[in-house]
Amino acid sequence: MPESTPVLRVKDLHVDYRLSGGLFSRGRRVRAVAGVDLVVPAGSTVGIVGESGCGKSTLARTIVGLLPAASGQVLLGDVDLATASRATRRRLRPDVQMVFQDPYASLNPWMTVRDLISEPWQIHPGIVPRERWDAEVDRLLELVGLRSSQRGLRPHQFSGGQRQRICIARALAVRPKVIVCDEAVSALDVSIRAQILNLLRDVQAETGVSYVFVSHDLGVVRHVADTVAVMYLGRFVEQGRTDEVFGAPAHPYTQALLSAAPAVDDWRHDRPEEIVLGGEVPSPLAPPSGCRFRTRCFKAQDRCAQIEPELTDRAAGHQVACHFAEADARYGIVG
Amino acid sequence: MTDTRPPHGGTPTAPLISLTDLRLTLGRGAGTVDLVRGVSLDVPQGTTVAIVGESGSGKSLTALSMMGLLPPGVTVGGGDIVFDGTPMARLTEREWQPLRGRQLSMIFQDPLSALNPCIRVGDQIAEMFRLRAGLGRREARDRAVESMVEVGIPDAERRARSYPHEFSGGMRQRVMIAMALSLQPRLLIADEPTTALDVTVQAQIMRLLVARKQARGLTMILISHDLGVVSRSADSVVVMYAGRVVESGPSREVLTRPAHPYTVGLMRSVPDRRRPGAALEAIPGQPPDPRTVPSGCAFHPRCPMARDRCRTEVPALRPVGPARASACHFADEVVGDGANLPETNDASEVSGHA
Repeated sequence: MPESTPVLRVKDLHVDYRLSGGLFSRGRRVRAVAGVDLVVPAGSTVGIVGESGCGKSTLARTIVGLLPAASGQVLLGDVDLATASRATRRRLRPDVQMVFQDPYASLNPWMTVRDLISEPWQIHPGIVPRERWDAEVDRLLELVGLRSSQRGLRPHQFSGGQRQRICIARALAVRPKVIVCDEAVSALDVSIRAQILNLLRDVQAETGVSYVFVSHDLGVVRHVADTVAVMYLGRFVEQGRTDEVFGAPAHPYTQALLSAAPAVDDWRHDRPEEIVLGGEVPSPLAPPSGCRFRTRCFKAQDRCAQIEPELTDRAAGHQVACHFAEADARYGIVG
Repeated sequence: MTDTRPPHGGTPTAPLISLTDLRLTLGRGAGTVDLVRGVSLDVPQGTTVAIVGESGSGKSLTALSMMGLLPPGVTVGGGDIVFDGTPMARLTEREWQPLRGRQLSMIFQDPLSALNPCIRVGDQIAEMFRLRAGLGRREARDRAVESMVEVGIPDAERRARSYPHEFSGGMRQRVMIAMALSLQPRLLIADEPTTALDVTVQAQIMRLLVARKQARGLTMILISHDLGVVSRSADSVVVMYAGRVVESGPSREVLTRPAHPYTVGLMRSVPDRRRPGAALEAIPGQPPDPRTVPSGCAFHPRCPMARDRCRTEVPALRPVGPARASACHFADEVVGDGANLPETNDASEVSGHA
C-alpha cells in the first residue's frame, strides 16, 4: 500500500568515523557512508546489499540514530531527527526500531521474555497502559510464533531462531513504522532462516511495517525486498526495483556480485561464466579517485579514474552510477 | 623437490578415506552422549565430497575425527576411519602427527584463529617446510614465497614479511590454503572455507581450491551449510541430520531430485529465484538436542510425511538408485514425488546420464 509521504527518507547522508588507534592516524576521519539517498515507502521493504566494509551497517545504525550523521538528513515523515526538539525526538524515536544479527548478544540474559518485551513501554510511556502489558506481551508472542506460556523464561532457554523471534517482538512492541534488520537472519541455519523470513513477511502483512533489510545475502534480499540498493565503499552504485536491479543488473559490481553468488540450481540456467573480481575492497581511508569501484572493475577506462559517475536514471526506478552501464539480464537472478 | 611418498595404492576409484559406522561420543561412563551416531561414507580418490548439514548435525565433528583432532572429551565410540587402507580411529596423537599435513590436511572457517598472530606469515609457512620437510632456512623461505604465489597472493615477497592481522580475510584464507597444501597432502578437508568471506571473495577462494585440487590431483572433503557452494564445487554430497547421514549421492542428482524429506526441506528453505516474496516452505521446529534425539527417525517430528513407522523404527541408509542412498522409509515416494521441487521436468535429462 504505497502512500504519498514515505515513512523514512535519507538525503545525501555522510557518516564519519574518527580513528582512535595508531599514533599517526589518530584524529583522522574515515568516511564510511559517503553521500547516500534512500526512500522507504510505507509498508515496503528496502534491501541494502554489499560486502563487509561497504558501510551498510553504518548506514543502518545511522538511520536508527545509534550513530550521528556528519552531514545530510534522516527524515522520519517530514521531521529531521537530528535538528528536532528533544521532545519530538523522544516522541518519534519508537517509530524506527532495529533487529540485529546476533540475538544472543542483543537480549539481556537476566531478564524474562515478559520484561524484555515490556521494557520499551517503560521507556516510552503512553504506548501501552500498564494494566494491558501482560495481554499485549501475549499478543506479541503469538504474533512472532511463540507461546504465552513462555513469557516467564529467559533468553538462554530459547534457541537462536526463537531468540530472534523475541527480538522481533521487542522491536514491534513500540509499534514502529520502520524496522531496520541488520543481517537479521545471517546467523541462523537455513531451515530456521526460512521460518524467520516467513515471520517477517507475515508481520508486515499484519502491521504494515516497513523494513530496511541490510544483508550480504543476495538470495535473501531478492526474496524480501521491493527495492534494493547496492552499496560499495560508502556509496550506492545501483538502486531500483528489485526485479529490475536483480533481473538485469547494469553496474559491473552488481553483475559480479550476482554472478558470484552460487545458487543451488546453477546448472539449470544458461548463465554466462561467472565474473571473478580481482583484488579486494580498497581501504575507505583512501578510496580510489573517480569511480570507487574502478580498481576492481573489468570495464574500467581512463575516464573512470578522473570522473566519479553519478547515480543516473536508466529506466523508471532504476539508477546506476557507471560511465559504461549496460543492463545485462544474463547476470540476473530473477526468474 | 622430490616426492618420497609411495605410489598411490588401489584403483583410481577406490576410496581414499572411508568411514564405517563411525560413532563420536561425548563424555565417559554413564552420562555419555553420542554426537555422531553411526556415519558411513566413502570418498573416492580425486573427487570432492561435500558434507552438508545445519549446526549440530555433526558434520564438523566428523571432519575433525578424520584429522585426529577431536575436541577434549569427545572420543571415537565405535566404528572405524580407514585412510588408504590404514585404520585410523584408534591412533595415538604421536601416530597422527606425521600424517597431518603430509597425508591429510585441513582448512577452517576462521583463518585468523588458526594463524599465530606474532609470527610473520612467510615464516609460518616456511616453518612447515623446515620442520616437516627438513628444508634449510633459506630454501624453506623461498618455498614459502613460491607457495604464496601459487595461491594468488600478490606481491608475495613483501607480503611474506607481514603479520596475519595485516591480511584481509580472503588473503588469510589463501595463506591457510598455502600452508595446508605445502606438504602435498592427498586429502584436503575444507570446513566452511568461505563462510566468513564476502561473496566476491568466496568465488575467488572456491575457484582457487578447485584449481589447486585439479593441479595436484587432490581429493577433497568440503564441509558446508551452503547448498549453492556445494552444487558448484562437489561431485557428490552427503546430507547429515542429528548425527546421521540421511542422504548421499552425486550432488547434481541429490539437489535436483532429493530422496529424503530433510533434503527437500533444506532446498525449499532457500529462497526460490522464480518466486520472490512468496512464503518459504520452512521446516517447522528445530534440530534436536543430541541428548534427546527423537525415537525412530530423528527427523520425524519435523517431517511432513511422518507416519507411525517413522516414530518407532530407525530407517537404515539404503540404496535408492545408482550411487545414491537415503535413510527414509518412504524414500521411493520422496523421489517419485515429481512435484517435490520446482522445475523437476528438466531433472530427467540430468538423471538420464547417471
